[in-house]
Amino acid sequence: MTGKTIIQKIFEAHNQDQTAVEPGNIIWLGLDMRTARDFAGANVVKNYRTHYGDSPVADRDKTCFTFDLVVPPSNIPYANNQQICRIWAQEQGVRVYDVNAGIGSHVAIEEGLVYPGSTFVGTDSHLNIMGAIGAFGQGMGDQDIAFGFKTGKTWFEVPPTMKVVVHGTLQAPCTARDLTLAILKRLGSNGALGRSVEFYGPPIEALDMAGRITLASQVTEMGGIIGFIPPSEEILSYARERLLDSGLDASQVVGVYADPDAAYVETVEVDITNLEPLIACPPSPANVKPVREIAGLRIDSVFLGSCTNGRFEDFAAVADVVRGKHIASGVMASVVPATRRIYAQMLASGVLQDLFDAGFIISNPGCGGCASGHLGMTGKGQVNISTSNRNFPGKQGLGDTYLASPVTAAWSALKGVVTVPEG
Amino acid sequence: MRNIQVTGRLWILNDAAGQLYNNIDTDMIFHNRYLHITDVDQMGQYALDNLEGWEDFAQRAQPGDIVMAGENFGAGSSRQQAVDCFHALGIEALVAESFGAIYKRNAINSGLPILTVPELTLKAAGLFKSGDIITVDFQSGEVCLDGKLVVMAKPFSQVQMDIYQAGNLFDYGRKIGV
Ligand code: SF4
Repeated sequence: MTGKTIIQKIFEAHNQDQTAVEPGNIIWLGLDMRTARDFAGANVVKNYRTHYGDSPVADRDKTCFTFDLVVPPSNIPYANNQQICRIWAQEQGVRVYDVNAGIGSHVAIEEGLVYPGSTFVGTDSHLNIMGAIGAFGQGMGDQDIAFGFKTGKTWFEVPPTMKVVVHGTLQAPCTARDLTLAILKRLGSNGALGRSVEFYGPPIEALDMAGRITLASQVTEMGGIIGFIPPSEEILSYARERLLDSGLDASQVVGVYADPDAAYVETVEVDITNLEPLIACPPSPANVKPVREIAGLRIDSVFLGSCTNGRFEDFAAVADVVRGKHIASGVMASVVPATRRIYAQMLASGVLQDLFDAGFIISNPGCGGCASGHLGMTGKGQVNISTSNRNFPGKQGLGDTYLASPVTAAWSALKGVVTVPEG
Repeated sequence: MRNIQVTGRLWILNDAAGQLYNNIDTDMIFHNRYLHITDVDQMGQYALDNLEGWEDFAQRAQPGDIVMAGENFGAGSSRQQAVDCFHALGIEALVAESFGAIYKRNAINSGLPILTVPELTLKAAGLFKSGDIITVDFQSGEVCLDGKLVVMAKPFSQVQMDIYQAGNLFDYGRKIGV
């Protein structure tokens, strides 16, 4: 008997039939939480109504909406779709984390809707971010989710697992984002296609929650199903606290770890000993270069935020760079915290003031600035540095988007050109 | 029983250099400016209109056509519209070297036949051209041109066949009592 990987163990604990949890097999997976956002939410409701009429969802406590994409709505179709979800949610008695809450995946972690060892699905392709806390998360389409709302389960093909082992130590001015870009460069946009990834090595273990989220969120751009970072004691106690805070049972929080003799389809080693700040150039997140190579490129705008780098720690690092200084004239720079809680932390700590004084536009929490949502689209010819996770043509508009760490973005905002951060 | 074999006119999604397009993401298939659309019939007109060189695909495609692409087709977001827009146009099958994971689920769940052909990007250029009439067999995986076997796709998995035969995920669910 060979041992089991993390995904095998989580799936075994949620397996609803007799099929063995082996790569390639299709199992019925129990879903601890199923969610929809504002963009596909209305389609989920439509599918649900068409196929299940007025009948109740399987479990209203395990079903919710998170509005984050266009919040508050800047166009009428989105306003309509959000209202469709609200009305249906009221009829069904399910929760809505409304336009004030923030990015759904982050809200879910903060509210204890997801926790180490649990399963979480929704209409957001970056839900594999849950791997940051050792949970299984998965983005799905609106038919899948409507089915999940009704049945509480879904079919899932057990993916094979690969291992990424990182050596060295992460040193300033490099951040978790540069580490992530180094891995992305190595794997490319297909390197983890259809696989579960497990991350190991001292620099991975040393990552805080924000850094783990940054790394886990970009597994989507590596083509992976999910990337697990085995939870540290710190992550486990954070998760327990979140559950207790929300009045839930924290005893369900368990760290799931692979067996020492688990089977991996591939092991990739990445050495970050001489890591320098990296940047992903258009047109793809895997088009990674040293910042140095394009240093001096004039920029028009900077965006700090998204589910990849929208944490308090990210903005605090930016504040350390810009405090007492002002962004270059002619540069538009905006900040979008991932959640309301993060916004509150920024207010209380003075980080918000630092950013405001440096000339940043500060928005309410959500996905603004990442997709072409309620804030910060780019025009043709515009050069934009962003801490979000995708720079595909047209994602934020017609401009050219470069993806970099908050620290690189902050330095570049100050200078008005792509700038290698100083340690 | 739905057909397990379809014959149709082929569209090879090539890039400007004449190579099979890789990594066509969901924003290129169905751009996020149309995400508010929930009516499937309205989706066809926007299919591939953000993919360079293929902006007018929706006007040129006809029901029964088959579409071929490279690696990682449908990478990116979870939007179902990127699958439904092909349903709306009556596209009969998608053949690619590989598909994005979420895209693959969405296609299977909605009963849109998708097939993967290992190493298709290496093979396609010499073997097929747009406009060819090809036959694809979902059960055997055979892809034929003029009655001759050209490449092998991976046959449908059991779940894929079951959902396809039932119509879609919901009908399949009803059939097996979930
Ligand atoms: S921040 Fe961007 S990538 Fe993340 S969930 Fe929102 S739209 Fe998606």
